[in-house]
Amino acid sequence: MPLALPSLFLRWFASRGWTPRAHQLDLLAKAQTGRSVLLIAPTGGGKTLAGFLPSLVELSGKPIDLGPGGLEKRQRGKLLSTGRELRREGGLHTLYISPLKALAVDIARNLEAPVAEMALPIRIETRTGDTPVSKRQRQRRDPPDILLTTPEQLALLLASADAPYLFGSLKRVILDELHALVLSKRGDLLSLGLARLFRHAPDLTTIGLSATVAEPAELARFLVPQRSDSPPAHADLIVAEAGAQPNVTMLDTRERLPWAGHSARHALTEIYQFIAAQKTTLVFVNTRSQAEAIFQQLWHINDDNLAIALHHGSLDVAQRRKVETAMAAGRLRAVVCTSSLDLGIDWGDVDLVINVGAPKGASRLLQRIGRANHRMDEPSKGVLVPANRFEVLECRAALDAIAENAQDTPPLRTGALDVLAQHVLGCACGEPFLSQELYAEVTTAAPYAALTRADFDAVVDFVASGGYALRAYDRFARIREGKDGRWRIANPNVAQRYRLNVGTIVEADMLKVRLVRSRGARAIPRGGRLLGEVEEYFVETMVPGDTFVFSGQILKYEALVEDAVYVSRATSEDPKVPAYEGGKFPLSTYLAARVRGIVAHPQEWGALPPQVREWLEIQQWRSQMPGPRELLVETFPRANKHYLICYPFEGRLAHQTLGMLLTRRLERARLRPLGFVANEYALAVWGLGDAAQRIARGELRLDDLFAQDMLGDDLETWLAESALMKRTFRNCAIIAGLIERRFPGEEKSRRQVTISTDLVYDVLRSHQPDHVLLRAARADAATGLLDVRRVAEMLSRIHGRIIHKALDHVSPLAVPVMLEIGREMVYGEASDALLAEAADELVKEAMQ
Amino acid sequence: MRGEALAVYARSGGTPSAGLPLSRGHSDHPVQVAGTTLLADPDGALFWPEEKLLVVADLHLEKGSAFAKRGVLLPPYDTASTLARLARLVEHYAPRILIALGDSFHDDGGPLRMSDLDRIKLKGLQRGRDWVWIAGNHDPDLPPDIGGRFADTLSIGGLTFRHEPSARESSGAIDGEIAGHLHPVARVAQRGRAVSRRCFAADGRRMVMPAFGAYAGGLNVCHPAIGGLFGVPTFTVHMLGAQRLYAISAERCLPD
Repeated sequence: MPLALPSLFLRWFASRGWTPRAHQLDLLAKAQTGRSVLLIAPTGGGKTLAGFLPSLVELSGKPIDLGPGGLEKRQRGKLLSTGRELRREGGLHTLYISPLKALAVDIARNLEAPVAEMALPIRIETRTGDTPVSKRQRQRRDPPDILLTTPEQLALLLASADAPYLFGSLKRVILDELHALVLSKRGDLLSLGLARLFRHAPDLTTIGLSATVAEPAELARFLVPQRSDSPPAHADLIVAEAGAQPNVTMLDTRERLPWAGHSARHALTEIYQFIAAQKTTLVFVNTRSQAEAIFQQLWHINDDNLAIALHHGSLDVAQRRKVETAMAAGRLRAVVCTSSLDLGIDWGDVDLVINVGAPKGASRLLQRIGRANHRMDEPSKGVLVPANRFEVLECRAALDAIAENAQDTPPLRTGALDVLAQHVLGCACGEPFLSQELYAEVTTAAPYAALTRADFDAVVDFVASGGYALRAYDRFARIREGKDGRWRIANPNVAQRYRLNVGTIVEADMLKVRLVRSRGARAIPRGGRLLGEVEEYFVETMVPGDTFVFSGQILKYEALVEDAVYVSRATSEDPKVPAYEGGKFPLSTYLAARVRGIVAHPQEWGALPPQVREWLEIQQWRSQMPGPRELLVETFPRANKHYLICYPFEGRLAHQTLGMLLTRRLERARLRPLGFVANEYALAVWGLGDAAQRIARGELRLDDLFAQDMLGDDLETWLAESALMKRTFRNCAIIAGLIERRFPGEEKSRRQVTISTDLVYDVLRSHQPDHVLLRAARADAATGLLDVRRVAEMLSRIHGRIIHKALDHVSPLAVPVMLEIGREMVYGEASDALLAEAADELVKEAMQ
Repeated sequence: MRGEALAVYARSGGTPSAGLPLSRGHSDHPVQVAGTTLLADPDGALFWPEEKLLVVADLHLEKGSAFAKRGVLLPPYDTASTLARLARLVEHYAPRILIALGDSFHDDGGPLRMSDLDRIKLKGLQRGRDWVWIAGNHDPDLPPDIGGRFADTLSIGGLTFRHEPSARESSGAIDGEIAGHLHPVARVAQRGRAVSRRCFAADGRRMVMPAFGAYAGGLNVCHPAIGGLFGVPTFTVHMLGAQRLYAISAERCLPD
């Protein structure tokens, strides 16, 4: 190994009382031989410093002009012409990309210390959406040595004519929190940006920083260009020594465990006692409504006035920053938070992480608990608080997975076509491109390695003139192929629009929540304090006068004016509208399988709390427990209706889809279904027809009812009208640039002015069902809100393995899902039935 | 908590819903305007049996290409889609007179951008009947070669057809007025869920028709522009359903 770390750095480590860690030195050595590296290290392992060390060392070795003016003079340096502008000699050396703007800013601040203390001649700057225009322009002309930014800003930089000059000198890209970035379309966009960077700077190397994942080799592919004629290429892998095994336990509550619900109200006192016993605690929950509820209830019993704060993605940014600052300063005893704190700034002195509710995934849980890792050699402490009996099973499965060090991060994505469309337009905004060349470049990105030329051409055609079989818009094309075979933008307007619409995060339409005093019936309130934002679709379900919990208080919905919901403080204790489901995660397939395993093996029940064990035992006695690959279907009559319950354990989204499809089939079988409800583990359908009787007579076979062909025509018919599918399509249409994002100030009377993507979906679907955007939307539906892929896997798993139990009343296992009836709010599709009910009222009124 | 049960899928009285072909029914849904009985169609058209007269409002043909001209490349199938729906109605009702109640094209340049195929379809629909284009604010000046006759308003029997509804103050004029322009949409909540649909708005004296065009947007009936047209006590909205219309009191409708 070459003598990697210069003495200047060794002295600096020593001055801090630190010794360079093995993975820091390994990474440096590999980087110095020009290798790209994936570093997998736990939180608190000096991961970020490891990532920057190679660049700091290289840049410290640059000649320094020690003449009058010193550093200052060197930085001005020699100016070079870029053909358009002037830039400094040397140019941009290292690009750091993080998923969070705040993280980029924080890292820049942390790097200041070593750079200042070693007097390194290195200029470090950030570039985010908040960076002033003047500074951005200067950064193009005179780039820093190290630039810290986000995937969206990288896309913008690449889509300019300066890009070849700006990035021509680039030596290294550092991708932070890579495990999180690659899970979404942002990762797709980043992979395409990276492919472009490799073209501008062929000697570029990369460093990926990641938490532990199930398939490190997959992530290692992301970091290096792939070649179509060769086997997959991988970056070198360095796995840092794991920290101490975390100390995670499940709360053995003294209280009675609820059958259903997610409030964890029963364990509140115990949670409070944990908070009181520690210096700082993070309380993670799965949804914003849970965060709101627990925060409020904790304050209800907060007799010691402990500083407990609330943090979730819908709160006003200023309020969130305030909480983060107070946390960093050690002024808080606890923060109740959602995934909004899964990533981000390392606070360093969190003593305990409490995870309320279902863990959903083993790796996610480990990462959360890792937030309590002060020092690598001390175990982080976590407590799981299941909110109901099924969640006990899920917590048990997660604990077993942690003990075995099993990971369940999802596989690398296949690059989305809508993101590719955005990228192609960005490329044209930068400089004219040849299809052949861009195709070759795009397929070097790991998520797009398998992209066919036909799909690529379809995307280019979409970007150019919409990709419609009816070639109506050739004269309105946004990009055109010139005589030289290069595609270029049709006019500067196109580039301007691209810049306004870049990025893959499509927020649901949000409405501002403003607190005003209740002014009775008619007055339209104005102004008021900004509490945060809620999804428009949530407000659409409410009627003025309804109460809901938000920002830690019970609020009354007063009115909606333009883009703001006006609310007042409510006097009631019990909010009327319970559901506010921001930020739910699906149960990982891995944990689901483990839960099925526990249920199937009574010998494992010993590890469960007595209440839960007893519940399962009675179930076994009354009905049955399904084997790990089986599906248990129970039927029973109740209150003049016939119920059919099944237990796929595949997560709520997959169950909802299954419920939609199953009711269609039951309808056709003339079993007259009336409704269904799904939770994470089970699905209940009820109706007027007696399915059990039909099964007993051999008139209905469950294997037919659950046959895989339900994903054919039934699915297609449902997709035609599904509100979830329309939302999925809207996101694709915005990312691909078919329609534009809405900007603040443009919301006024939008319904009349803007075009509804629902209408576009209907028209496109009936006229060109294989259009590239519909294909993109279907690919999303497979894993997203409809989770169709999971339904497919389940149907194939259970085929021929369905057990039917005809019962005369509800079974213990069915109780939780039965209790969900009337509790959950779901986008329904039977809106006509609701209209019929509303219309009946008029008839009744008329007949009185 | 609102709502009895999660009726994601609820069965409506006698309406078969799952897995049916998408074609709409043409249920008889009589609506009275100034003593004349008209049939509202769930597809958003109005039929006057005595006169064999069919009315559609706000077709907004070529809206897609109007957006495309400005760089928003919406699917160019809206005209074909709107005309196909219109063709089904024409076939069903076989009207003697067809009135397009204004804003039939999204802009005056629309007819020029229309594809040959759509133009032929339109000519086919016009053949054998009296076709009247009422002038709208989007298409005040359509080229004559688009076929049919042109008018600002048209009065037949006790009814007057115009694009923009007259203000309520112009008393007398409003009796028997059938207008478009406002694209009414009603929103009602039931069992904790809200449903929005295009609708007819009528109070026995006058009517505002829903927009018929595939890409036409909507305006909530609670907006004063619509509410202000109707006097006290109230008006009724006839919301478009998959197979039939649903009559609901405007008082029950929610704002956006």
